[in-house]
Amino acid sequence: MNGAAAPQTMTPPARAAGMPPTFYRIGAFAISLILVALVILISGASPVTVIGSMVGGAFGTADQIGRVIATLSPLLLCAAGLVYTFNAGLYNLGVEGQITFGAIAATWALRLLHPEGATASLLPPPVAIALAIFVGGVGGIAWGLLAGALHVYGRISEIFAGLGLNFAATGIAIYLIFGPWKRPGVASLSGTQPFDESLWLGTFGKTEATPVALALGLIALLMTIVVMRNTYFGLRLRAVGRNLRAAYVLGVPARRQLLSAFLICGLFAGVAGALQVVGVFHRLIPNVSSNLGFLGLLVVMLVNFDPLWILPVALFFSALNIGSLQLPLSLGLESSLSGVIQGLLVLFALLGRGLAQVYGRKPEG
Amino acid sequence: MHRRKARISRRTPANSSTVKVELRHIHKRFGNVHANDDVSLTVEAGTIHGLLGENGAGKSTLVKILSGFISRDSGEIVLDGRPAHIQSPADALRYGIGMLHQDPLDFPPLTAIENFMAGSPTTPALLNVRAAERNFRALCRQFNFDLDPHARVSDLTVGERQQLEIVRLLANGAGTLILDEPTTGISATQKTLLFDALRRLAQEGKSIIFVSHKLEDVEALCDCVTVMRRGRVVGELNLRANGAGRAHGDWPAGERFDVAARIVEMMFGRELAMPVKPAIHQDETALVLEGLLLRSDRLEMHIGHLAVRRGEVIGIAGLEGSGQQLFLLTCAGLEHPAAGSIYVSGRNLTRQPYSAFVKAGVCYLPADRLREGLISGLSIQEHVALRMPSRGIFINRAAAAQEAERAIATFNIRGRPDTAVEQLSGGNQQRTQLALMPSPLNVLLMEHPTRGLDIESTLWVWQQLIARCNQGTAILFASSDLDEIVQYSDRVIVFSGGRISPPIAAAALTADSLGQMIGGRF
Amino acid sequence: MESGQLFIILATAIASATPLVFACIGETITERAGVINLSAEGTIMLCAMVGFVAAKTADNVWLGFVAAALVGALIALVVAYGAITLKQSQIAIGFVLALLCSDLSAYLGNPYVRIPGPTVPPRFAIPLLQDMPFIGPLLFREGDILVYAGYALIGATWFYFYRTRGGLTLRAIGEQPAAAFARGHNVIALRYAYTLIGGALMGIAGAAFSLDFKAGWSYRHTAGYGWIALAIVIFGGWNPLRAALGAYLFGVLQSLAGVAQSTVPNVPTQVFTVAPFVLMILALVLTSGDWLDRLLSYLPVNVRRSLARIIHTAPPAALGRPFEQD
Repeated sequence: MNGAAAPQTMTPPARAAGMPPTFYRIGAFAISLILVALVILISGASPVTVIGSMVGGAFGTADQIGRVIATLSPLLLCAAGLVYTFNAGLYNLGVEGQITFGAIAATWALRLLHPEGATASLLPPPVAIALAIFVGGVGGIAWGLLAGALHVYGRISEIFAGLGLNFAATGIAIYLIFGPWKRPGVASLSGTQPFDESLWLGTFGKTEATPVALALGLIALLMTIVVMRNTYFGLRLRAVGRNLRAAYVLGVPARRQLLSAFLICGLFAGVAGALQVVGVFHRLIPNVSSNLGFLGLLVVMLVNFDPLWILPVALFFSALNIGSLQLPLSLGLESSLSGVIQGLLVLFALLGRGLAQVYGRKPEG
Repeated sequence: MHRRKARISRRTPANSSTVKVELRHIHKRFGNVHANDDVSLTVEAGTIHGLLGENGAGKSTLVKILSGFISRDSGEIVLDGRPAHIQSPADALRYGIGMLHQDPLDFPPLTAIENFMAGSPTTPALLNVRAAERNFRALCRQFNFDLDPHARVSDLTVGERQQLEIVRLLANGAGTLILDEPTTGISATQKTLLFDALRRLAQEGKSIIFVSHKLEDVEALCDCVTVMRRGRVVGELNLRANGAGRAHGDWPAGERFDVAARIVEMMFGRELAMPVKPAIHQDETALVLEGLLLRSDRLEMHIGHLAVRRGEVIGIAGLEGSGQQLFLLTCAGLEHPAAGSIYVSGRNLTRQPYSAFVKAGVCYLPADRLREGLISGLSIQEHVALRMPSRGIFINRAAAAQEAERAIATFNIRGRPDTAVEQLSGGNQQRTQLALMPSPLNVLLMEHPTRGLDIESTLWVWQQLIARCNQGTAILFASSDLDEIVQYSDRVIVFSGGRISPPIAAAALTADSLGQMIGGRF
Repeated sequence: MESGQLFIILATAIASATPLVFACIGETITERAGVINLSAEGTIMLCAMVGFVAAKTADNVWLGFVAAALVGALIALVVAYGAITLKQSQIAIGFVLALLCSDLSAYLGNPYVRIPGPTVPPRFAIPLLQDMPFIGPLLFREGDILVYAGYALIGATWFYFYRTRGGLTLRAIGEQPAAAFARGHNVIALRYAYTLIGGALMGIAGAAFSLDFKAGWSYRHTAGYGWIALAIVIFGGWNPLRAALGAYLFGVLQSLAGVAQSTVPNVPTQVFTVAPFVLMILALVLTSGDWLDRLLSYLPVNVRRSLARIIHTAPPAALGRPFEQD
């Protein structure tokens, strides 16, 4: 979408020295909190009660903590993957589809390894599960590279290529759930026939949290931190994302970097999708991504693409998601308040960043 | 709102027949560069006034101040004896001042007639295409312009887009026309048409400011010339002193030469500096170009044969935008030639990917450092790491830090290894670019290697570059500083309006011959 | 397929596409000025909720539209401020707003789920026009006021774009803001204005769902339509007529899906609800990539040029980039 001449520039008008940049950041953060309170008040509830209810809903019982961790694991994977695409200067809105397609691929693998009606899977369950997660990752890569190819070779905005592939992945999932993979008897939105219990991922006690998923999420995040900070690959990725032309002139293979970013993000999202299947739902459902991909985008935007801060923010966002599930039960409110809080925090972080850049006092020199 | 104001206060000379433009004691600083230092200029009504000078002489700044694009720090603009308050392009338009930019400022996807109507105070709220077309055709006829009103501007040539802008500005009642390098990239026929139109407009009493570096054009067209150098007016010359209104060609040959010589002397001021580049001792070629054809949307250039030896420095002179950048990009492998071959160290790299050029030891340092050369947001050390021959996966931080420290020390960069490059001054950015040059380096391509640097840094940079030459690097560099070109080049080629001169030994050049060549005479 | 059935499909398509027409025209106006309002998904959903609640509370369906338009403009103001004044990524701000407003609609609209509310007055035919053969009954007999307002909006926008000075300026500031500035236009103010107008139209689109074509309010009532509106704008090549055509085409796909559900029993019905979205995006991919160019390059020059102009459209050159006046 580029191609026009650079805009005419004039000398900047002398601007009165503003407040220090942090002032705007903190101010914006405060405004977002005030707006959260306001939204709660509009819905006729008390902010204090609501927050209390949400904290209780997230950390009240071991079961609830387990659910927070069960949400956190795939979120970490997605956020870690998105660090690569964001740093390469890409808005990978297709991450949702990459999760979904990973889930589809994993389901396909498990159905092959354990055909319906069979009493045991063809391989020992741990191997079958590992293989399913692997295949899920490959599925995510395929979907990610498809978006990447459309972007790099077809010159289609990665945003719309991604969104289109999201719809397509959902369409395929629905088709499979209602068509070839439908439950014996009646097909329904509740998904495919659950897998044999031997193929379920083990959990912490009786909670929903699975150690494998958490471990994979943490490994992905750790790996991402290391890659972005310490490797040539991460450095080249940042170079391409910040100035594609200059990076190319300096000898960075720009196309390969962009495609690699899509590939890695697809891999992590696909694994997250596979984990949703083997660890959480134990079957393929239409909304298997549970909006975790979009939530991951918010997390990475809030931390300004720096993977170091992902863990606390992702944990906080997961707790919001699970805590808010308590609201309909205890206060009769909709659980999407978590999304409102997340959205407001990120929106005002972006605005605060802009205010600091435009009005903030420039450092000396 | 704008429009109503326009109608009320427009004192355009569209009705009155003449307007005299005076700029008095204009000052303008960009940072610590004094782009316009007490510049005064008077353009009599009904004349074509040439504004000459090298790149960076301040002529562009001056006309942009007059047309409202840049605000002046101090000084006065006086039109017909009355002070004018020009703070924006809209203000300038209200005073009937229209500017034709070197890159036409128009709307390529719109049609010619839409461009003609856009932003015109006479365009009614409901478009009346037919009336506008009548007006448009009448004006075109008047100047023998052959423009299709329904053609898309993106399909027009640069010359046609210029014609469209002239017609548009006139329809908007422009009494003063400023043309910034209008003859770059247009055909000979279009140039004749343009000059005829300008002469006719001058006869009608309009004042015309013609910004150019081409002696030939200025001589042919202008009544009066003002020469600028380093932000100041260094001379004025009345070209029609011996007989007003003499047409091009009427001048006796000797007199013509005399005028040109005087202008060149004013532009460049003094004798050229002496070459300081030590002679080369190698005969091996580093870069060979054979039958190269370069094509962009506004230029087509041809180079028959050019062989650059190891250790040789080729200076590229010429006005900016004469194709030097395309030439350097092509040599660097970042653009492909339309025809011809490129050999680096004897290997044919024609149509090879850029990475092959990099592998062959070709390096390109762009002039626009922050847009093309360096990556904002990354530190010096990260740039160094990016350039290090990567062995393994992990960045060798210690080595990168050491290398960055070394680069900072050797290249005297005022910054720390963790300083982000956009926080460096222009000179330090250039030093960083130089520090990032790979080794071994066979061919180095540079644009304005010392622009924005003080004398000491310039000397130092060239010391480094000549040291590279002694190791066998061939350098091709474009510069608008003629001293730099003559001092440091072995041979010089000159780009002018799509033509490329044969290489000439730097020692054989004089200020006059070089100025003539830049002006298009070779 | 018999003609009666075709007629029904087309008539249903026109009705169901009307809200999208408003949204697509709104986004087209915004993008033509050089700003991307990516918040469409959230704007439409929140405005559907606000419109419904306002109409219900005031018991006046038109007040619902006014409220929705105001909220739509308010969201657009956030986009404009972030994108134009603060020069932040329009994509990031729009995307966050898309999610935020969707969730806000679900949270605040919770008490209003699945309750009856006011709706736009019943359908009426337009005299004279309804008597035109085929077109008359199709376009001018079965519609309600919004359907007709949609037609008017398409025509008015087209007229404004291509027949007025204001429209010429609008197209100019999205293409070459520097040149527009040189001609004396206030690029920043105009971009603000057109972003707000576009947002207001998207708000009306939301209310058109909840007060008319998908009357009522439920959780994620208009899910997907905002994204599809954004795709249609590209598909429509930033031209109001083509964008409207795209919206109606999407309506046709949807009503075809409805028919297919009953005629192709062995394909699960839910596939058809997603299919139009997928097809639309597929069309987008086909028309906006450069493969068509490659295909066209085999044709003779003059045919190629005019054909390319029809299928291949370029976005406003300055789309998504802040204007650096100072």
